Amino acid sequence: MSTLKIVYFAWVRERVGKAEEEVVPPDSVKTVADLIGWLGERGEEYAHAFEHPKSIRAAIDKSHVQPGTSIAGAREIAFFPPMTGG
Amino acid sequence: MKTTVRLQREAFDPAAEAAALTQGRTDIGALVSFTGICRGAESGEPIAALTLEHYPGMAEAEISRHVEEATSRWPLMGVTVIHRHGRIEPGENIVLVITASSHREAAFAAAEFLMDFLKTRAPFWKQVEAPNGTTWIEAKGADDAAAARWQTPPGQKAAE
Repeated sequence: MSTLKIVYFAWVRERVGKAEEEVVPPDSVKTVADLIGWLGERGEEYAHAFEHPKSIRAAIDKSHVQPGTSIAGAREIAFFPPMTGG
Repeated sequence: MKTTVRLQREAFDPAAEAAALTQGRTDIGALVSFTGICRGAESGEPIAALTLEHYPGMAEAEISRHVEEATSRWPLMGVTVIHRHGRIEPGENIVLVITASSHREAAFAAAEFLMDFLKTRAPFWKQVEAPNGTTWIEAKGADDAAAARWQTPPGQKAAE
């Protein structure tokens, strides 16, 4: 797995404590849900941010994706709460 | 077909945007303009302001995707979507959707469609600034339901 840029928004960003970072997940991390699980084990702040995976939305390269979506070939993955614009 | 999608911190003028969309044209017979405005209270509690966070790049792309979908569903002659980000005080405009068509049905439907998708799919998040601190607004199930009713394209039966 190559380097992946992760970006966070709204309360996910506040809980993680950073707006973006670069990570190198192990090869066992194949889907968005796998990545959420792996990130959630990186420390207390991550565990807090990802404690309710159903409340987390994700985008790969600026398009919405589902938890089961493969992250193969992704350059940028974003995690954020359900949207509240408009 | 004239489409404008803009994200900006600055205030906008709905009347000027509507005029720009119809200027010099005599084929437009219907123009619907929706403006979303910052309320001075949230759940009964007064607020000082809203701060809108967005995902640069994706917000524009997501809005443009839905504008394209609207133009493929209805015979539109013009669409303008403007969404502000940053700090917005009560009484200030947040979002503008204008749709133009030769008849009202398409303009009304497309404006509602675009607003329903802006609420649930465009990557924006509202934070409330109140006297006792800041909180993030929670997504509403009613907004998801409003967006879901567009899942079946007009004239087609829903999948069983």
